[in-house]
Amino acid sequence: MAEPPLAPALRPVEGLGRFVLHIVSSAGRFGTFLGQALAAMVTPPFKLWPLLGRINYIGFRSLLIILLTGAFTGMVLGLQIFFTLSRFGSEAFLGPAVALSLIRELGPVLAALMVTGRAGSALTAELGIMRITEQIDALTVMALSPMRFLVAPSIVAGLITFPMMTALFDVVGIFGGYLVGVQLLGLSEGTYFGEMQTFVDMADIMTGFWKSVCFGVIVTWVCTYKGFHVSRGAEGVAAATTQAVVLSSVLILVWDYFLGTVLP
Amino acid sequence: MIKVERLWKSFRGTPVLRGIDLEVPDGTITVIIGRSGGGKSVFLKHLIGLLRPDSGRVLVDGVDVGALRGRALDEVRKRYGVVFQGGALFDSMTCRENVAFPLREKTRLSRTDIAKQVDTALERVGLAGIGDKYPEEVSGGMRKRVAFARALVTQPEIVFFDEPTTGLDPVLVNTIHRLIRDLHQTSRFTAIMVSHEIPEVFEIADRVGMLHEGRIVEIGSPAEIQRSSNPIVQQFIRGEPGTEP
Repeated sequence: MAEPPLAPALRPVEGLGRFVLHIVSSAGRFGTFLGQALAAMVTPPFKLWPLLGRINYIGFRSLLIILLTGAFTGMVLGLQIFFTLSRFGSEAFLGPAVALSLIRELGPVLAALMVTGRAGSALTAELGIMRITEQIDALTVMALSPMRFLVAPSIVAGLITFPMMTALFDVVGIFGGYLVGVQLLGLSEGTYFGEMQTFVDMADIMTGFWKSVCFGVIVTWVCTYKGFHVSRGAEGVAAATTQAVVLSSVLILVWDYFLGTVLP
Repeated sequence: MIKVERLWKSFRGTPVLRGIDLEVPDGTITVIIGRSGGGKSVFLKHLIGLLRPDSGRVLVDGVDVGALRGRALDEVRKRYGVVFQGGALFDSMTCRENVAFPLREKTRLSRTDIAKQVDTALERVGLAGIGDKYPEEVSGGMRKRVAFARALVTQPEIVFFDEPTTGLDPVLVNTIHRLIRDLHQTSRFTAIMVSHEIPEVFEIADRVGMLHEGRIVEIGSPAEIQRSSNPIVQQFIRGEPGTEP
């Protein structure tokens, strides 16, 4: 039997309820998707070749952009922090300031944002096209799990490559800071690296490491989910790609804050 | 035998399938005809377990496909071969790798045996020698035939064809239909094909069912369908313009 029409005054409440239900069901599907991917990651048969392909796709092909952005981020940090510290006569702390900024915050966050822009968007578009051209359905009807072939290798590749790319970003960034601080602005090399060894400890490195691991999961999870659930043809692929990049970027920054409050 | 009982499916409150009943005997070619947007592909997706019905059952040798999940559903699907509308070839693989893929992933055959079976499958569809090209490098008709080879290389008992001739010229339509008939004669699989190629499908079908507004309104041999007194069937067969759905 059809429901009686709502009083006009109650329609905003109905709309709000519908919106909340949509958010809750979307979150449920999103979580279930990760659960299925995790199950595929830890149960045999493991797919080595798809994993190596994804490591190449997400990691190796992002090297250039990581090197470039890492170097210039370190150079900008070196320049700005040097001028700030020189007001207090504390230029000697340039090395630890650059290193701590990169290792604890900027390295994991910027590396993740860069990989989201390059590999995450491509991942969504690739899966989206596979969805609309029925390639994912083809895998399913062959009794082969798309989760095992497409999603799980991407998430494992994210877990492996994000910390490595973050480490690379940090190293290149510190070198960029060295170029500006030492080679350009005249700080001594010993001061730059010596103070860094004094002030940067293992807890700082582990903070950056755990952040990069989390970002690796977030980016690959969001991007594969969005690609996997594309509809409405080419327009749908474009929309999903945009949503994947925006949502990944927001989640990276939100999660960075929460991890920053929890990790030492 | 495939048996469909009172199959209902709606999307966002709009009914697409309204109680379909159908029986497909083993070893026959059954073609479902009907206008575009009439629910033919949705119906096919229920048969292969890609969609679940709101109510009703799809029985494959007595097993309700709609009620199965996970490995149990995969066990039924191992008996299937599916040719999708656009071929659904993996574009990151060559045609040869596409055909080899199900054998590589689902069997324990050696590389040599897989290579032999892939050669045989490509020869059967008349494509020996083009295996090293990527799907985007071959014509639409060739892509369809590679899709046939991939669907049939595991020697499935039941093969589904989702509008296998859409977008092809009349010569290729006949070539593809002849290929289906020849493959069926040698392999004797049960085939369910969704198509709106009239009258070409009458030459290969054992049975033809007309799907209209979510129901099978007529089913029978090609001759019976052509003689049908049902005005909906006659309008469709003659291609007469009518009220747009």
